[in-house]
Amino acid sequence: MAAPELLPGRRPLPPGTAADFAPHGTTIVALAYADGVVMAGDRRATMGNLIASRDIRKVHPADAYSLVGIAGTAGVGIELMRLFQVELEHYEKIEGAMLSLDGKANRLATMIRNNLGAALQGLAVVPLFAGYDLDATEPTKAGRIFSFDVAGGLYEETGFDAIGSGSLFARSALKKRYRPGLSGDEAVRLAVEALYDAADDDTATGGPDLTRKIFPVVMAATAEGTERVDEADAEAVTQAVVAARMENPGG
Amino acid sequence: MAMQFYAPPEQIMRDRSEYARKGISRGRSAIVLSYDKGVLFVAENLSNALHKVSELYDRIGFAAVGRYNEFENLRAAGVRMADLRGYSYDRRDVTGRALANAYAQTLGAIFTEQSKPFEVEICVAEVGQSPAQDELYRLTYDGSVQDEPGLMAMGGQAEAIATVLRDQHRPDMPLADALRLAVEALGSVGGEGGAPRTLEANQLEVAVLDRSRVGRTFRRIVGAALITLLAQSAGKATATDAEATDAEAPDAESPDAEATAPDAAEADQAAEAPATGKAGTDQGRTPPKGGRGKGGPTTNPGEPSA
Repeated sequence: MAAPELLPGRRPLPPGTAADFAPHGTTIVALAYADGVVMAGDRRATMGNLIASRDIRKVHPADAYSLVGIAGTAGVGIELMRLFQVELEHYEKIEGAMLSLDGKANRLATMIRNNLGAALQGLAVVPLFAGYDLDATEPTKAGRIFSFDVAGGLYEETGFDAIGSGSLFARSALKKRYRPGLSGDEAVRLAVEALYDAADDDTATGGPDLTRKIFPVVMAATAEGTERVDEADAEAVTQAVVAARMENPGG
Repeated sequence: MAMQFYAPPEQIMRDRSEYARKGISRGRSAIVLSYDKGVLFVAENLSNALHKVSELYDRIGFAAVGRYNEFENLRAAGVRMADLRGYSYDRRDVTGRALANAYAQTLGAIFTEQSKPFEVEICVAEVGQSPAQDELYRLTYDGSVQDEPGLMAMGGQAEAIATVLRDQHRPDMPLADALRLAVEALGSVGGEGGAPRTLEANQLEVAVLDRSRVGRTFRRIVGAALITLLAQSAGKATATDAEATDAEAPDAESPDAEATAPDAAEADQAAEAPATGKAGTDQGRTPPKGGRGKGGPTTNPGEPSA
């Protein structure tokens, strides 16, 4: 007799919460700027009160023109992101054209909705999705950001957004400093500042690790495609932020 | 009940082969060849929406001649297999050899089991670290597979074209020279009274697997970039300097580069698949949206670009 429900992937999770047994990723910020959108993430993953990883990478390109950042259970999130990348690439190759940015966001929302059962037991994953909309009527409005809830709700954000445990602080920081039409350098600086503020007040978010030279991952999606901000540049920006905070800890 | 006549298996296979060969030789040709910085695909194709050349995976490309609906089916199956393998294992575990084997199995099964063989000939090409490491596989309608290092021509008067190619091809040619050679070879047949034809940019489908890239190496050379490159190679037909090729239109994927002639699709298909009436099923569909960097991203998902 076949019993597909007993396959490892299909067995129901044991009752209770599994949240403390799996590493969790923390804060991701994204903001739109003149040429597109910037997304940045800290490098920490936590497991309960422990630091599970100091240099996890949580911001990835979803395809050539969009970025995805994962917060929540790292293992589930990374798997979800990998599957999402494959789906986008597969669609592009089969159809000979990319999905629209809204199409990509909707697809990701469905994938999150499918994880609802695990999410209710503590293995939630809530990504942040941002990209350059090639169909945008005005280039200044091409950088778009989408956020999600655990039930698969999809919300387009205006200007900026943050997710993860430190998002409250990061979003507040962005709220005070953000304005439309930022330049690329300003946007990167603002993203790093917001992550600094998140790490300042949230234990699960990692601040810049100056001793080990671990700095936030910053990526941009523009008309030219997605690109990671050079590690040396990210370091320079982070060092500048830290130096400024030496003068004024509140930023 | 109708009387069943006996036909020996040899006869059946011969008939099928002949049928498939006829279908393939009626269409236009495609060329795949190695050059110094990658693998070049050149196909005569009036449509810029219905492709004969496309991407299978990071370093693997696909070219086909014959009936569109049949090779499109095979292409989709190849993409599915490649993506599934890359997802299950690792991107490095997707190889041209595995894909060529799968195609050989499929084509072989269709040839022996179905009443009508696929009228297609396909090439699976994988770009290596150097021209010597490039892998070019030719797969024919009966499922036979051949490894053809360096260059190959398929469809139409493939033999005549291959002869022209073989005479002049060097694996270390720059892109502009390789393109000139391919266009010359394609134009060497089918002209009035044996005269060579001149092929324009809108009659060609050109793509490369770019050796130097990380991640997805496939990119199409279309529109203005193709016209520039063709002009460059025409200019170079007399001179033989090698350095000009470094200016080989690195940004072929600019969104406006895709232009014109969506209507040419049907005309080409009619020429391509004249054998029966049912060829039309796949062809009436809307051409994919032109503007989006078709089939070739500027950076690679899954790989940090820094």
